[in-house]
Amino acid sequence: MKPAPFKYVAASSLDHALTLKAEHGDEARFLAGGQSLIPAMNFRLARPAVVIDINGLDELAGIAHGPTIRVGALTRYCALERDSEFLDSCPLFADALPHIAHPQIRNRGTIGGNLSHADPASELPALAVAMEAQMRLKSAGGERRLAASEFFEGSLTTGLAADEMLVEVEFPALPPRSGACFMEVSRRRGDFAIAGLATIVTLDAEGRCTKVRLALCGVGETPVDASEAAAPLVGHACADRPIEAAAAAIRAAIEPAGNVHASADYQRHLAGVLAQRAIRTAYQRAANAA
Amino acid sequence: MQPDRHEISVSVNGTAYRRNVESRMLLSDFLRHELLLAGTHVGCEQGVCGACTILLDGAPIRSCLMLAVQANGHELSTIEGLASDSGELSPVQKAMHEHHGLQCGYCTPGILMTMTAFLKQNPSPSEEEVREALSGNLCRCTGYQHIVDAMMAAAQAMRASAP
Repeated sequence: MKPAPFKYVAASSLDHALTLKAEHGDEARFLAGGQSLIPAMNFRLARPAVVIDINGLDELAGIAHGPTIRVGALTRYCALERDSEFLDSCPLFADALPHIAHPQIRNRGTIGGNLSHADPASELPALAVAMEAQMRLKSAGGERRLAASEFFEGSLTTGLAADEMLVEVEFPALPPRSGACFMEVSRRRGDFAIAGLATIVTLDAEGRCTKVRLALCGVGETPVDASEAAAPLVGHACADRPIEAAAAAIRAAIEPAGNVHASADYQRHLAGVLAQRAIRTAYQRAANAA
Repeated sequence: MQPDRHEISVSVNGTAYRRNVESRMLLSDFLRHELLLAGTHVGCEQGVCGACTILLDGAPIRSCLMLAVQANGHELSTIEGLASDSGELSPVQKAMHEHHGLQCGYCTPGILMTMTAFLKQNPSPSEEEVREALSGNLCRCTGYQHIVDAMMAAAQAMRASAP
């Protein structure tokens, strides 16, 4: 038995879970897939007094398709991987999911758990920022929405209040003539990214970029929204000069800290290389989607 | 603080068990210490090595990243359930034996559970797909080549014997 003692409660309904959270606040943690929380408890880095198991709350799992794709917080990675309609409408996930750990982890881990954990090296926070996702947060007292760009406040820190749960993530469908691409470099398959990059490029009828979204993981305290740095692409067809200009701006915009696997300079270099490759691929996919 | 204990019922390899467990007991420790099914190995206890992989309702998971109390009402499969009652090895076990897919054997139970589920879902995998499926199980002895060979052979044997 490695975790410190705690009181375990299997929530019988969402209201039950939220009432318990309101009562215990920061002393309580929601347990979803457990792929981040349980290791932290095994190391005793996390010592919650109360663990509220939400795995029985089927209403929190599932994908609703439409102009906005709504994904319940308890939806597991394996369910996302198997939903071809979801992968078609949110193609960044098709690229990114295979990079998330390993099959055994993807059978348990959930989208809500991942985003609430807010590891800056994780892929999904960058996807949520690139896709301009909206987070639906619920507490016993009410409900609010928060843009992904505001949700991630720091390493392992989000805008969730002590009594709130992330219950659903809303992804706007991509505009027509859009292409998306996610790429990353990690030390080994399934490891956290040394640098990862998600981009969505939208084109006009002539193949010129009208909008670009771009976010990185692994190179900051939060997922980094570098859409402004990528703006030199707007108005341009797929060509070396604007793509190199965007990559240079992205390299300059990020402030990686370096880690045991990579120096900050190498991370910056990778961000530039990934930017060029991913942007080119996104252009091609957008052209094919037209 | 009084230990927080819960009554749980689980099925492991088709056998029903009822136990009273402390909430902080990991599923891996429950299998080994409470049910004395020590074939499930425990390596890193942080979800990295894959040695403790078991099947939860048929899907491979890390048993060190789940609480025993969470398994209440679920069906588990462990390495002890792979061979037949008469001791005949499953096709995946047999192939590992024949292709020298293990040396020290510590990682083997996790690999067998992962790949048993994988081959059920993917009867005709490519070598690349086998390597991807194995990516969450660390082996420090074999260099993986013999394990990959064993899995390709097991897939072929299972296809040949399928009705």
